[in-house]
Amino acid sequence: MTYSFPEEVLEHVFSFLTSQNDRNAASLVCRTWYEMERWCRKRIFVGNCYAVNPRVLIRRFPEVKAVELKGKPHFADFNLVPEGWGGFVYPWIVEFARVYPWLEEIRLKRMVVTDECLEIVSKAFRNFKVLILSSCEGFSTDGLAAVAANCRNLRVLDLRECEVEELSGHWLSHFPDSFTSLESLNIACLSLEVSFSALERLVSRSPNLKTLRLNRTVPLEKISKLLQRAPQLADFGTGAYSAEIRPDVYSSLQEAFSGCKKLKSLSGFWDVVPAYLPAVFSVCSQLTYLNLSYATTQSPDLIKVISQCHNLQRLVVLDYIEDMGLDTVAVTCKDLRELVVFPSDPFVADANVLLTEEGLVSVSQGCSKLQSVLYFCRQMSNSALISISKNRPNLTCFRLCILEPRAPDYLTFEPLDVGFGSIVENCKELTRLSMSGLLTDRVFEYIGKHAKKLDMLSVAFAGDSDLGLHHVLSGCESLRKLEIRDCPFGDKALLANASKLLTMRSLWMSSCFVSFGACKLLGQKMPGLNVEVIDERENLNLLPENAPVEKVYIYRTVSGQRLDMPDFVRIMGKDKNGVYNLSLCDKGL
Amino acid sequence: MSSETSTVTSEPPPTTADTELTLRLPGESQKSEAKSTKRRFSDLTDLKLGGNDESDTECSVVTRSTPAKERVVGWPPVRSHRKNMMKKDCKYVKVAVDGAPYLRKVDLELYSGYQQLLCGFEHLFSCFTIRNVLNERKLMDPVNGMEYVPTYEDKEGDWMLVGDVPWMMFVESCKRIRLMKNSEAVNGSELLEKC
Repeated sequence: MTYSFPEEVLEHVFSFLTSQNDRNAASLVCRTWYEMERWCRKRIFVGNCYAVNPRVLIRRFPEVKAVELKGKPHFADFNLVPEGWGGFVYPWIVEFARVYPWLEEIRLKRMVVTDECLEIVSKAFRNFKVLILSSCEGFSTDGLAAVAANCRNLRVLDLRECEVEELSGHWLSHFPDSFTSLESLNIACLSLEVSFSALERLVSRSPNLKTLRLNRTVPLEKISKLLQRAPQLADFGTGAYSAEIRPDVYSSLQEAFSGCKKLKSLSGFWDVVPAYLPAVFSVCSQLTYLNLSYATTQSPDLIKVISQCHNLQRLVVLDYIEDMGLDTVAVTCKDLRELVVFPSDPFVADANVLLTEEGLVSVSQGCSKLQSVLYFCRQMSNSALISISKNRPNLTCFRLCILEPRAPDYLTFEPLDVGFGSIVENCKELTRLSMSGLLTDRVFEYIGKHAKKLDMLSVAFAGDSDLGLHHVLSGCESLRKLEIRDCPFGDKALLANASKLLTMRSLWMSSCFVSFGACKLLGQKMPGLNVEVIDERENLNLLPENAPVEKVYIYRTVSGQRLDMPDFVRIMGKDKNGVYNLSLCDKGL
Repeated sequence: MSSETSTVTSEPPPTTADTELTLRLPGESQKSEAKSTKRRFSDLTDLKLGGNDESDTECSVVTRSTPAKERVVGWPPVRSHRKNMMKKDCKYVKVAVDGAPYLRKVDLELYSGYQQLLCGFEHLFSCFTIRNVLNERKLMDPVNGMEYVPTYEDKEGDWMLVGDVPWMMFVESCKRIRLMKNSEAVNGSELLEKC
């Protein structure tokens, strides 16, 4: 006798599974559950757009409402991935347009998006609501105009740090007068002026607007008008925060801010004139997120603002804050979860600010909920790292960038192995780690031994030999993303841990000692991996097999070789049967 | 073949109209320093897209002793978006086009490489299209078929071909730009085609 739930019950149960991992697990239970689950999965996340073919995706999941895709490897953010490498979203958009007319949400990260893609999106999906483009490129303001003109039910248009070809600022005026559904608009990355009157009218007719992040060109004097029209805003990004010092401008600004009772996030602040900072004081105690990382103003001015932000959970700031400012953070922001400190002058060897490891230690002592750190500084010591790890064993993300490559402990001149070792040993929930400074194979031994929950590791200018890489690949059970540059890691560790690579999303190695021969061998032996050699030198065919490649990007895939590669990308070791047929949907460029 | 066979003499007459520039033979000058880095028109090499300064992996190690810090590609890991947004100092330079009645200005800090700069010229002077000829980037006016070679005046007062030095170095040393009609450049394409 077999008992089985009616389909409706199963579907109802599955509706409570929101995490993709949970849904993946459920779909493996039995064939019935697999079938049931795939019909009701609404949200898809593809962490590497080349890991799976769009056709395979839509065949399995016919009823998708929201898609999230990621393209280029993370190091593309730092110009390490040559232009034209890939990450074209066009073939995906074409398939979605064909099969998912009710698609509502598209989130893309590090992908190439063309105007044609945006036009298709604007016309193919009747109920399209959310477009979030993060670090994307390839489109112009014409594409944005199409989205504005055609997406009648758009709620979110978020251009995070995109590179947009800006032909004009008029695209914003393409939102029709009947368009009133906007909830979130982020245009901070644009440099051309948009029509202020169009912006003001748009804000006025968007009663649900919660997030508005302006670009630099919106003058400070006009912000009050916008805030008055949208006092319900929860997330606001100013434009350039500078104007002539005029009492009337100041007081209307101050009044406008104090009218925003729901404001929790504040950002923008380019070109800050400190005299205008007190205008935000009235909202400081409400803030949970404050981004002053474009505010090139000195520590005392920053402290005046931060010292009032008692409920702050996330702070992003420049190193102008200095150790003294971080002491204030430690005392004031008891609810702080995330601290990001960017460098104001990264290319200058000598410190231009008084920011050292002490600021970070101070915050780690004072902020008991601190979980996530991204910190750029010029000096670090093992003792500081050990203190931080003991103060904050609850750290989940620790990214430290000492500006000078291979900088040792500035007190003892020793490598920072022990310090980072302490971090991985004490912070047992650590999922993300980026290291810098002078590091030997020892630190990798510690990582392999202790960092059992580590999901992503970034390494630069570190290690002595293949043993370092071997420790990580053989020891870090949860590792999914590994990115390495300028380390003396070569073929041995890579080939010895080939099967590990199938459990990971991707491995990036540039300026290391991985040879052509090893890449070819790996590609031949592991059909489930694409081993991409990214090398812009001419006459590669003349180089010997043991010559090191410039860059190699290895990722697991069920789609085989991709066909949209530029000539500086070679997928090693694959024969014609490993081909992923992109020919019917070209990259649309 | 060398550019010394060009018809540009070592004592060129002053050019007409708005510019005060004096053309010198490539490589010829009283000043000793850095001349070896200035390339002759004959020694054309590929420009790299994206303006990566040091793409050689062998050069990726920073020596701590150098006071003028050699930049390593992609280090420190700060997104170019942030680097661009942080620019307080705009680097506005005049752009003169031979035959145009007035000059324009561009902010070099807005561009991340030579290709983007040429695209910028395309937008600024809407009559131009970029034309890649023999690995050298030029601008062409399709209406009259004239070719324009982008040149710039550097800090030492010399007129250089745009594209020789790494992008960042160019931004730092460029004082102004002139889009030179190809016939004025070292007998332009004729010489190049002989290479």
